[in-house]
Amino acid sequence: MKSFAYARAADLETAVQLLSKTPNAKLLGGGTNLVDLMRENIEQPDALVDVTGLPLDRIQERPDGGLVIGATVRNTAVAVHPVVRDRYPLLAQAIVFGASGQIRNMATVAGNLMQRTRCLYFYDHAARCNKRAPGAGCDAIGGFNRMHAILGASDSCIATHPSDMCVALAALNAKVKVVGPNGERTIAFEDFHRLPEDTPHIETDLQPGELITGIEIPPLGFARRSLYRKIRDRASYAFALVSVAAALEVDNGKVRNIRLALGGVAHKPWRATEAERVLAGANAGPESFRQAAEAELAPARGLAHNDFKIELAKRTIVGVLGELAGG
Amino acid sequence: MSVLQKLMETVVQFMPDKAPDPLIHKHGYLGTPVSRVDGQRKVKGEARFTAEFEIENLAYAVPVCSTIAKGRIISIDAYDAERSPGVIAIVTAENAPKMKRPPLMDVRHMDKGFAASDLAVLQDDKISWDGQPVAVVVAETLEQAEHAASLVRVEYDEKAARVSFEDLKAEATVPSAVMGEDPELEIGNAQKAFAAAAFKVDNLYRTPHYNHNAIEPHAAIAAWDEDGRLTVFDSTQFVNGCKHALAGMFGLDGDDVRVIAPFVGGGFGGKAALWNHTALCAAAAKVANRPVKMALSREDVFRLIGGRTPSEQRVALGADKEGKFAAIIHTGVTATTTHAKFPEQFSLTPRHLYASRTMSVGQKVVNLDTVANTWMRAPGESIGTFALESAIDELAYAMKIDPVELRRLNEPERDPTKGTEFSSRHLVEAYRRGAEKFGWSGRPAEPCSQRDGKWLIGQGVATAYYPVFRFPAAVRLRIAADGSALVQAAANEMGMGTATVQIQHAADRLGLPLEMVSFRYGDSDLPDSPIIAGGSSQTGSIAAAVQVAVEKAHRELVKLAGNGSPLAGANVEIEARDGGLFLSGEGNKGETYASILKRAGRDFIEVEETSGMPFEVMKYSMASYGAQFCKARVNRESGEVRISRWLGSFDCGRILNPKTAVSQLRGGIVMGIGMALAEETLLDTRRGRIMNPSLAEYHVPVHLDVPHIEIIYNDIPDEHTPLGAHGVGEIGITGAAAAIANAIFHATGKRIRDLPITLGKLL
Ligand SMILES: Cc1cc2nc3c(=O)[nH]c(=O)nc-3n(C[C@H](O)[C@H](O)[C@H](O)COP(=O)(O)OP(=O)(O)OC[C@H]3O[C@@H](n4cnc5c(N)ncnc54)[C@H](O)[C@@H]3O)c2cc1C
Ligand code: SF4
Repeated sequence: MKSFAYARAADLETAVQLLSKTPNAKLLGGGTNLVDLMRENIEQPDALVDVTGLPLDRIQERPDGGLVIGATVRNTAVAVHPVVRDRYPLLAQAIVFGASGQIRNMATVAGNLMQRTRCLYFYDHAARCNKRAPGAGCDAIGGFNRMHAILGASDSCIATHPSDMCVALAALNAKVKVVGPNGERTIAFEDFHRLPEDTPHIETDLQPGELITGIEIPPLGFARRSLYRKIRDRASYAFALVSVAAALEVDNGKVRNIRLALGGVAHKPWRATEAERVLAGANAGPESFRQAAEAELAPARGLAHNDFKIELAKRTIVGVLGELAGG
Repeated sequence: MSVLQKLMETVVQFMPDKAPDPLIHKHGYLGTPVSRVDGQRKVKGEARFTAEFEIENLAYAVPVCSTIAKGRIISIDAYDAERSPGVIAIVTAENAPKMKRPPLMDVRHMDKGFAASDLAVLQDDKISWDGQPVAVVVAETLEQAEHAASLVRVEYDEKAARVSFEDLKAEATVPSAVMGEDPELEIGNAQKAFAAAAFKVDNLYRTPHYNHNAIEPHAAIAAWDEDGRLTVFDSTQFVNGCKHALAGMFGLDGDDVRVIAPFVGGGFGGKAALWNHTALCAAAAKVANRPVKMALSREDVFRLIGGRTPSEQRVALGADKEGKFAAIIHTGVTATTTHAKFPEQFSLTPRHLYASRTMSVGQKVVNLDTVANTWMRAPGESIGTFALESAIDELAYAMKIDPVELRRLNEPERDPTKGTEFSSRHLVEAYRRGAEKFGWSGRPAEPCSQRDGKWLIGQGVATAYYPVFRFPAAVRLRIAADGSALVQAAANEMGMGTATVQIQHAADRLGLPLEMVSFRYGDSDLPDSPIIAGGSSQTGSIAAAVQVAVEKAHRELVKLAGNGSPLAGANVEIEARDGGLFLSGEGNKGETYASILKRAGRDFIEVEETSGMPFEVMKYSMASYGAQFCKARVNRESGEVRISRWLGSFDCGRILNPKTAVSQLRGGIVMGIGMALAEETLLDTRRGRIMNPSLAEYHVPVHLDVPHIEIIYNDIPDEHTPLGAHGVGEIGITGAAAAIANAIFHATGKRIRDLPITLGKLL
C-alpha cells in the first residue's frame, strides 16, 4: 500500500472542499472495499477523506411513506430498520444476503453503491484490464468469466456490479442524492451506474468532486410483498451468480404491479424493464413469468463459463415471481 | 519396487509379532474425552504462533513473485524500491547467499528432511512457475516492505509454458514409483474379465487443483548468531525435517540449525515439506544481518505453496451376476512439476479395498510449469475414493443392488493385492452400524423419488479409507523427584490434540494423574527423529517411542530403588500406578517415583529411546476405514446443493480421545464437502497464473454449508499397532466427495463426475 494523507470531514462543505481541492483524493466510508483495493495497489489515492463523521448517518421517514437513508448509514442499520423490514423487505433481505455480519457492520450505504467489481483480472496487476488501465485489453473475456455479465457487456469489459443492496434499490426506483462543487442534485437509480461500453473505467454518473449524501426510496405499497433471492456458489459469503429482486401485486389473477431487477448479470444492477412490460396486466402464472423472463434475457450472451447463468436467471425469475404470486 | 524391498516384505512375514501392549485394553485416561491441554491458551489468545514471536531488532521481508510461468529474468530494476522508506535490503540472485538444492521426499530417508520443490530459488535467472520468488524486500516494517516490493520492476524473457493439464495429459508418462510402490499393477487379465462381465460401468472422473488454505498462512522468522548458527521459527508440520533440509541448503551441520514451532495453525500437508519462503527468510536474514520475519499473505501462499494436483481417472468395474467383482480397472493421470516429482497416489486406493478376480491399476503423470504440487489431506485417497466410490455407486444402480450390499459382497478376506492378513479391518461392521443409525434401509432405491417443495432429496454412501503409517520416533522422558513426568519429542501440534493424547498416554503408562504429566514438543533441539505430523502417523509413532521410553525408565527406577525396596527381586509383575511402581495384585507393596528418587538422592532420571522400524505395517495390511453417509438436497430450480445430514461411521482402531478424534474426522468431512461442492484453484492456462488467490474467491465451506456431522466409531483396538489405534487425521476427507456425488445422483438422477459440483452442472 502506498502512503496517503488522511482527513476526517466534520461537515459536508469541508468534505466537498477537501475532495475537490486535494489531488487524487478518495472518499473513505467503511473501507471494506477501498482499503482492500489499496492493499492490492489497485486503488492508489494520495489522500482519503473520511466521510463517516458527516451528519449523514440517519434514516428518516418521509411524510409520503418513503425513506431517506443517509450515505454513511451502515448496511446493518438499514437491514434491521423496522420500516425497511416492514415496507421494503426485499431491501432488508438483499443486505443480509451480502458479505458477512462483520463487513455489513462497517459498510456504508454510499460505499456499497460505489463498490467495485470482483472480476479476478481487475484484482490482479499481472492481468490486462481496461477498467484499471483503459486500452490495455480485457483478460476476463478469454479467461475465467463465471462471475461475469450476460447482459449489457461490451468488448471492452464484461464485469458485473457485485452489490446485492443495489439490486433491491433498482427495483424500488430509488434516487441517489449527491452534492458537489456545483451544489446538490438527484440521480435516478437506473442512471447512476453505467454500462461498460468502451469506457469501463467510468462506472457511475458521479462527477469529480461529488459525493453521495443519501438514498431516497419512494413509497411503494405493494413492496410489502417482495423478495430477494440470491443464487451463489456456497450457502453464504459469496457474491451472486444471479440474484432477483421483485415486488408483485396480483389482482384477480392478473399482474397489477410489478417491479423486477437482476443482480450478478451486468455491469450495473439490472432493472428488468422488458420483463415488467411483458407482465403488465398479464396472467400471474408460470407461463407468463417464463415469457417475461425469456423476453428479458433475449439479448443475453453467455461466455465459456457463465452461459448457464442465462437459464439460471430465467428460472430464478420464474421461481421468485411464482412464490410472490403465492404459487 | 526394488528387489531389496520385495525381499524385506517376504522376510517380515516370518517375523514374530510384538507382544500386544497391555495398555490397549486398560481403562484409563486413554479413551476418554479429555479436553485439549492447550485449549484455554488458544481461546485466550495466549498461544504464540510463528509470526507472533517477539524478536528484538526484527526486520520484515516480503517476496516479489514472478508473473510469468517460464522463462528468464532479463533485469530487475530495484532503483525505486531501494530508495523507498525503511528498506534495508533487496535480495535477488545477485546477492543471495549460495543455497544448495534441497532433497525431495523419499520414504526411506525421512530423517534427512525434504522440500516440496528441489529448486533453491534466487540462485539464477530461471523462472519455473508463475509465483516463483524473484526477489525479497527487507524493511523496517511490514508495510514498508510490502510497498517497496510493489516498486520492484522485473523484465522477463518469456517462454511458452506448459500449464494446461487438459491439453497435456495425453503426454503423461509412467513414473518410476508411486510412494515407493510399483506405479502399475496387474492381477489376471482385467481387460478380458471386464469385457466378459455381466454388469459393468466405465467412466472418467475429474478433480481440479485444490489449495489447503490453513487458517494460519505460512510464516518464518530466521536469525543467525555470531557463530553462524541458524534459529528458525517456522509454521511447519515437521520441525526435524525442516531443520535437516535447511542445514543441507546452507551447508550447515544439522546441529547448527534449530527449528521451533510450538503451535501451527493448521497445515493439512501444506506445511509438511520445506518451502522456499523459509529458506528465503534465512537468506534475507543473512543479507540484512538481522533477524527477519517473512509472514506470507494469503495471496503469497497461493503463489509459493502448492496444493493438490488435478486428476483424471478412469474407473471401469465389471461384476458377475452375483455381484462379485470380476475386474477393477482404475487408471489415470495426475500432474506434477519437474521440481516436485510427486504423482499423487490415487491408484494405491483400489489395491486394498475390494476383492476382485482381476485388477489393473496404474497411474501416469505429466509435468507442468506450475508451483510444486504437494500432499494435501489424504493425498491419493481423497481423489482416488472419489472416482472409485462413485463408480461403485454407478455399478450398484446398474445392477439394481443396494450400494452398501455391493460393497459387503466384495469385502476381501486378505489384502487384495499384497495377499497379507488384515491386522484389524471391520469395515462391514462400520457399514452395518452406520446404516442402522442413518436409517439407510428406509431410503427408496430409485433415484428422484424424494421431494420437499423445490428441493429434491437423496442419500449417498461411500467408503472412506486411509492406510496406516508409522515412523521410528525418538523421545526423551524425565521423571522428577516431585513425582511429575515430562515427555519430550520433536513433535508437531497443528491443533489436532497431539500434546493432549500423548499426555493421556504417558499418564496411563506411568500411573500418574494427568496434571503430573507434561509434554514438550515443536522444537528440533529435542531428540532427532522423523516425527512428522503427516500420513496420520504422528500419534502412533510417538506412542511407540513413549512406550519403550517408559519401559526403560521403569527398569532404571527399579535398579535405583535398590535392594531396600519392596520391588527388589519381586517375582510378580510390577505395574505402574498411584504415582509409582507397585507389585501386581499386592496392594501398596511398592514405591512411588518420588520416594525412589528421593531415597537415591536424585532430582530426576531421564531416558531417551527410539521406537523400532514399522515392520508391522509391512507384515499386515493396515488401514483406517469408514462409511460416509450423507443426505443432499438439490434445488430443482437453481441447482443449489445443500448437505442436510452427515453420519460418518469409522473403523480406526481404538479411539484414544473421542473429543480430539471426532474433531479430526469432522474436519476432514468439512474439507470433503468443500472438495465436492465448491473448492477449486483457478489456474489461467493462458499464462499459468492462479486467479483466485484469496478466501473471498477460493470457496471453502462456510458454516451454513456444513450440517451437524455425527460421528460413530467401532472402537475395536488393533493388537498390532501402538495403543491399538489407527490414524484419524486424514480419513475424514476420503469418501466424502463420492458420498455427496452419490447422494446428488440419488436426488436428481444426474451423475456428476467433475468436481466441484457447482450448481451450473445441475441445471
Ligand atoms: C469478502 C467480502 C465479501 C463481500 N460480499 C458481498 C456480497 O455478497 N454482496 C454485496 O453486495 N457486497 C459484498 N461485499 C462488498 C461490501 O458490500 C462493500 O465492500 C461495502 O458495501 C462497501 O462499503 P464501505 O462503506 O466499506 O465502502 P468503502 O470501502 O469505504 O468505499 C468504497 C467506495 O465508495 C466510495 N465512497 C464511500 N463513501 C462515499 C460517498 N459518500 N460518496 C461517494 N463515494 C463514496 C469510496 O471512495 C470507494 O471508492 C463484500 C466485501 C467483502 C470484502
Ligand atoms: S471484465 Fe472488465 S474488469 Fe474484468 S478484466 Fe475485463 S475490463 Fe477488467
